[in-house]
Parts: sequence; C-alpha cells; structure tokens
Amino acid sequence: MPRIHFTSALSRFFPGLAEESCKGLTVREVVDEIEIKYPGIKDFILDEEGKLRKHVNIFVGEKVIHDRDKLSDSLSTDSEVLIFQALSGG
Amino acid sequence: MRILVGTSKGLILWEKDEQGWSISQVFFEGMPVSLVYVDELSGIWWASLAHRHWGQKIQYSKDEGKSWVSVVEMPRYPSDAVLSSGKRAKLKKIWSIQQRGTDIDEGIWLGTEPGGLFFNSASEEKFQLVEALWNHPSRVDENQWFGAGRDHPFIHSILVDPRDSDHIYIGVSCAGVFETTNRGKSWRPKNEGLIAAYLPNPNAEVGHDPHAMQLVRSQPDVIWQQNHCGIFKTINGGGEWQRLSEPGITPHYGFALAIDHENSQRAWVIPAMSDEERIAPGLQLKVYRTEDGGKSWEGLTRGLPQQFAFDIVFRHSFAGAGNTLVFGSTTGNLFLSEDAGDSWEVLSNYLARIESVVLLPD
Repeated sequence: MPRIHFTSALSRFFPGLAEESCKGLTVREVVDEIEIKYPGIKDFILDEEGKLRKHVNIFVGEKVIHDRDKLSDSLSTDSEVLIFQALSGG
Repeated sequence: MRILVGTSKGLILWEKDEQGWSISQVFFEGMPVSLVYVDELSGIWWASLAHRHWGQKIQYSKDEGKSWVSVVEMPRYPSDAVLSSGKRAKLKKIWSIQQRGTDIDEGIWLGTEPGGLFFNSASEEKFQLVEALWNHPSRVDENQWFGAGRDHPFIHSILVDPRDSDHIYIGVSCAGVFETTNRGKSWRPKNEGLIAAYLPNPNAEVGHDPHAMQLVRSQPDVIWQQNHCGIFKTINGGGEWQRLSEPGITPHYGFALAIDHENSQRAWVIPAMSDEERIAPGLQLKVYRTEDGGKSWEGLTRGLPQQFAFDIVFRHSFAGAGNTLVFGSTTGNLFLSEDAGDSWEVLSNYLARIESVVLLPD
C-alpha cells in the first residue's frame, strides 16, 4: 500500500498527524482518504477547484507530481508520497 | 481592559495590572493573523489566518483563547461564481468579520476578497455567499467593482444597524457603500456625495473607495468613513455623504478611523502621506481628533514619534472604547492612549506588522 508522509508544518494544525498507509492508487484517491482521517486537511493542500495549492508540492518518490490540477498521477503499492510546502521567504 | 493585537506573526494578548500593561499570551505564534475580531454578544474570539501555503483559514475560541477551534467548512465561492476576468472566484482573503445585532440569536458575517459577502446563521453551520450582492448589476453587468492595491475588490467593513439586524451597510474597495434592509436579499449603492477622483466621473454611483467605515451605535444614522479621497460622514444613513477634509489643510488620506459610540461628534483618524507615499506625513506620526463632527481637526502628538517615523496604520488597527484608544502600525509599533488621544504610551516597538487590534473592556 502507498505510504503518505507529511511536512511537519501540517502537524501544527492536525495534532497526531502521522505517516499513513493508503489504499488509493492515484494521488487524488490518497488525498481523499486522508481527508476522512483528518477532516479539513484537504483544504490545506488543495484550493476550491481541487487543484494543488500554488505553494504546496506533492512528491511521489523523489519526483514532483505532474498533474497539479486533477492529481491523476498514479501510484504503485510501494509508492512513497510526500506532501510538502514550497519554500518561501518573509 | 485588555487588547488583542493581530500581527503578521501571531496574535498577542495584552493585559493591564498594577505594574501596567504587559503581554500575557501569544496565540498562533509565527502565523500570519490577518484579522482578529471579538463578537461582543457571544464573547467568541475570531482569528483569520492568511497562510502563505495553506490558504485562508478561520479559528474561533469560546473560552477567551484557552482553546481554539478550526472552521472546517470555510466560506466557499460557488463553482459558477466568476470574476470580471472570466476566471473562477476563489477566496483570497477574509477582510472583515461582524456579529449580528441583539434582535437575532445567531449569525456572523464575513467580508472577503474577491468581493463576496458570506453569512453563517449558525443553524446552517455553513457560510453562505450572499448571492444578491454577488450578482448585483454593478458588479456583474457594469463591471464597476475593481481591485485597488489588491487584485480584486474586497469587503472590509460590515455595519449592522443595532436597531435592526436586517439593516446592513458594507464598504467595498473599490465599489463603495451598499445597503440592504432585508438582510441581504437586495442591495442598493449609497455613495451620494462621495468623490472618486481617480474615475472619469468622480461622482459615479459605484466605483468608490471607502477605506474604513464605522457606525455610531448610539446614533446609527451617523456613519464615519475614511475614504481614498478624504474623510466623509453621513448623518442620514448614507443618504448623503459630506466631505470633512481638504488635501494639504486637514488630515485627508489614510486608513485608520476610530469613533466615539456615545458622542457622534467625536472621531479620530491617523493619516498617511498619500496614495503614492504610504508613510506618516512628514515622517511624523500624528493622530487627529475632531470634537465637532469633523468641522475641525486637532493634531495629537504627545508620546508619538515626530521624526523618521515610517509607520502607517491599517484599517483594522485602530480601536477606541471611551477615552481609551489603541493603534498598531505597519512597522510593529503599538501605542495606547487613556486620555482620548491627548497623550500616548508606547506598548511595544518590537512587534511584527500589525494587521488589527481589538479593545476588550472589562
């Protein structure tokens, strides 16, 4: 099953946030799954249109996903999915 | 008396004891608190967080900050809500939060960018876009709403008539003042007498730029307005606005406005140099007070920096309660007066950019 990892920055808003194993085999399915466990987290990652927020990145393995709009990138059972914030200053 | 100060890097609570004023608690440390608001009827504290990565969020506290709850169902523009560019409208920022009046039990209003007003009646447990305003012909057909300083128009002031919660005014930058008497089912512009010097027709019905508005609770037909093009007041519920300022002679341009809810003749403003130069005029930080309804303005400087002050004060960063006034600046300075502005005490020079302040009476 794909494993999903989160930036520690999200732990501040979702105490108890930890690595999860998911059943989904696309990035979209995995994000929908974690929303069930952590209600509201999807709104931190995606905008109103369901697109990946501008300053958020999702990696599968070491590569950034291709489809930021529909999150259709496929996963394999041993995929490691990482949700990170993009770097910014200020 | 306590003070809540929303800054770009946290929400700070100040309290006064025998030793004087001091910080008693910091909430949301390191986070951009774009707005703090206290619902005086319910006692609920509201904080809007403008995350750079995670979008706009709202949290509220029913126990004065001991615990905070995230709003999971954030206000959401419907999928068919589009901007003048044809792009889909998305929530950019929460600009105002406003409680209902005493005549109804529940309800909270949100003013947002790009121009949507939302209401949560509590019974629905969800913020609903006020469709009649969003679909107002002046926005949809005439394209008279536009951004200034921001990419899109935003609703920064929501004034609820204390006699009637169905009667509401809003201030939109840029569009102007709108009024509803049926809790949002229909709206009409109330901009007669305002001046939009940047438009081909400065007296246009819509397209004005109120920066901040306040309604006098003891005389709800009196509304003060700091506008892009001067200081204005109406004494007949927006039937007509009268300009109370002259460029170069009186305070004129600015954002911050505080009023006396018991005395409709008294108000304070903190001017900025100009649209082009957003600094304290002459690099001197001054509060101006009127005691005669805006006929004359007195500059108040005791305790305020009178040289090399680059501060300006944002629209939600000036608050008053009786003779107590507090304001915070873009450069992180917080000032307090307990004698109606005659003298000022520095509470801090080391805060982050101050976005909003709230005075909490005992």
